[in-house]
Amino acid sequence: MKHTLVALVENKPGVLNRVTTLFRRRNFNIDSLTVGRTENPFISRMTIVVDSDADPEQVRQQLYKLINVIQVEDVTHLPGVSRDLALIKVQVDSQTRSEVVQLCDIFRARIVDVTPDSVIVELTGDEQKISSMVELLRPIGILEMVRTGVVTMTRGEEVLAANNYAQRTGQPSNGHRATVI
Amino acid sequence: MKLSGAEIIWECLIREGVDIVYGYPGGAILPFYDAMSKYPQVHHVLVRHEQSAAHMADGLARATGKVGVAIGTSGPGATNLVTGIATAMLDSSPLVCITGQVASPLIGSDAFQEIDITGITLPITKHNYLVFDIHDLAYTIREAFHVARTGRPGPVLIDVPKDVQNAKIEFEYPEGEIVLPGYHPPKEASTSALEAMLRMIGEAERPVILAGHGVLMSGAMREVLEFAERTQTPFALTLLGKGGLPEIHPLSLGMMGMHGTGYANLAIQNADLLLAFGMRFDDRVTGNLKTYAPNAKKIHIEIDPSEIHKNVRADLPIEGDLKTVLNQLLPSLSPLEHKSWLGQIRDWMEDADERDIVNQDVGERLFAAHVIHDMWKATGGDSVVVTDVGQHQMWEAQYYLHQNPNTLITSGGLGTMGFGLPAAIGAAMGLKSSNVWAIVGDGGFQMTMAELATAVQERVPVKIAIMNNGFLGMVRQWQEFFYEERYNATPMYAPNFVKLAEAYGIPARRVERRHDVIPTVEWANSITDGPVLIEFVIEKQDIVYPMVPAGADLHAMIRRPLPEKNSV
Repeated sequence: MKHTLVALVENKPGVLNRVTTLFRRRNFNIDSLTVGRTENPFISRMTIVVDSDADPEQVRQQLYKLINVIQVEDVTHLPGVSRDLALIKVQVDSQTRSEVVQLCDIFRARIVDVTPDSVIVELTGDEQKISSMVELLRPIGILEMVRTGVVTMTRGEEVLAANNYAQRTGQPSNGHRATVI
Repeated sequence: MKLSGAEIIWECLIREGVDIVYGYPGGAILPFYDAMSKYPQVHHVLVRHEQSAAHMADGLARATGKVGVAIGTSGPGATNLVTGIATAMLDSSPLVCITGQVASPLIGSDAFQEIDITGITLPITKHNYLVFDIHDLAYTIREAFHVARTGRPGPVLIDVPKDVQNAKIEFEYPEGEIVLPGYHPPKEASTSALEAMLRMIGEAERPVILAGHGVLMSGAMREVLEFAERTQTPFALTLLGKGGLPEIHPLSLGMMGMHGTGYANLAIQNADLLLAFGMRFDDRVTGNLKTYAPNAKKIHIEIDPSEIHKNVRADLPIEGDLKTVLNQLLPSLSPLEHKSWLGQIRDWMEDADERDIVNQDVGERLFAAHVIHDMWKATGGDSVVVTDVGQHQMWEAQYYLHQNPNTLITSGGLGTMGFGLPAAIGAAMGLKSSNVWAIVGDGGFQMTMAELATAVQERVPVKIAIMNNGFLGMVRQWQEFFYEERYNATPMYAPNFVKLAEAYGIPARRVERRHDVIPTVEWANSITDGPVLIEFVIEKQDIVYPMVPAGADLHAMIRRPLPEKNSV
């Protein structure tokens, strides 16, 4: 079984590199890693899915050793909402186009681009839902596909709030030219 | 007042209490060196290779408890620091390394002497920084020292581009508390953990304390000893834990692990409770994890939570500062006795005594074990000893019994050959002492012997004892045991070390017979105004016993054969 960890990290250059270097160095396999902004501009949030052979507690503690990592939670067993987004370009002709439209109806996907020979399908859902639709589209002809990787949020009272954390002290300016995370 | 980035670095070093830095100049760090003469209160030591700068700073840090500082230029200056930084990382030594970097507009262009040193040192530093804006500089240095010295200490690197060193701003030192949202080293144990610990201690019949480097770093020497004596619990030391507890003590088992004492390893394997105090169950300490201390419950007190359950599953994990936790515990700890357990251990000790080479008559042949045993006697056992890596290091650990904290400095985790001489120079300078011995092998010494010049230039009264067996002895030992005596690439030519020392103006003597050992050590002790060197020509093919082969069960030790009795 895969483990899902959610991490709040400082929004600073190189933090993503620190995290991925740690995973490589400790021989933890990343299944997917997503990173994005939070409600707090100084803090980014990562959703990291790791392979089952890694001990999630050890992964968590190793992440804590990075000075820029603020909080890490293993949410594998917590009730939560997981979403992956896929864009799938499918090769179509006049006959298969309607087949794709039908599938989109069933999966509540959207068609966001249409040309005479192809359509782009946008699909959001948990990993399984996306994988099932991919399998159904494959025989029709997938030209190109991209998935964002999973983002996760636990339900209800479990809150991982980035606003609990103030900006660190010091640093009259953030001299770094870009926040590259 | 407006200060340049270079001047700000010096100002910050002074405010951190730094009075010695080790370094080597070069293009990208020149503004920093240019500002040096304005700050005579900091003494700069010019090394012969940047690796040694890091080792010297490391040696100073381990001897004094201060943060060591090493300086290098960009490119090769920075990459030469890498081995020294990794050594400090693996042994949790507080180090701040400052490197020059090419000017920021050139970064990423493969400019002359440009290297991505923050990228290179990412996995071997506790944290590192590339400072792009002079406004961040002072705060970054302050934060770097804080990170280096607190929690589980470690090396921190700050890379400063040349234009940042040259820029000028109105300088204001950032006072006040450092707040890092993602950095909270644990301190205290919970009441429930303390209660569980007391219960487990009360139930144990065969407890053993495993005392690691954490005892020294936490400053918990008194507390651990008090714990051991009150509960009559024998203690074994890791290599880096040596000095944390007195080895001349009825409860001392000496060092544990691959070359530990037989009785320490047997005690661990037969224990029903292990009290792991500030140690990390390194593979050199545990041997085969599957058969390690199979009947023992484990209590693991450790400041770095990632070490808990990493190698050995703890029955009671306690994240915290060892001294703080023991001070919480001691008021409710009642006296205990373990007479039959200590009796059992004494039987194992007697067997070891019989096998011990220092109790065997070997005539005038010179064994390293004898040399170190005699050095221990001749120095009253209270020298600060800095070793290199290999057989002599293990013999030091076995035969130089340390009574006081921070008196053994050695590269344990990384096992860095070449560490000994520069680290000893750093320790002697930091302590301002002429009672620091570098015990090194002929192999490791030749890796960094260029630093003899540094020792002379700085008049460091360091004492150097070379154990010369003409081999890379530890590798040779493995070849003898595990590679059918194919001694590939281990016989080693060495220069005439006495003449070499004399070329540097260092007084030196060679010792080839047992009865010359103590007088020559005493002669060296009488020289206190600069370095002195002794070459001990020792048995070529001696072996460090006991030995647990890598990955074997901890009790499966290869022991020194018993001497033949009444042989005709």
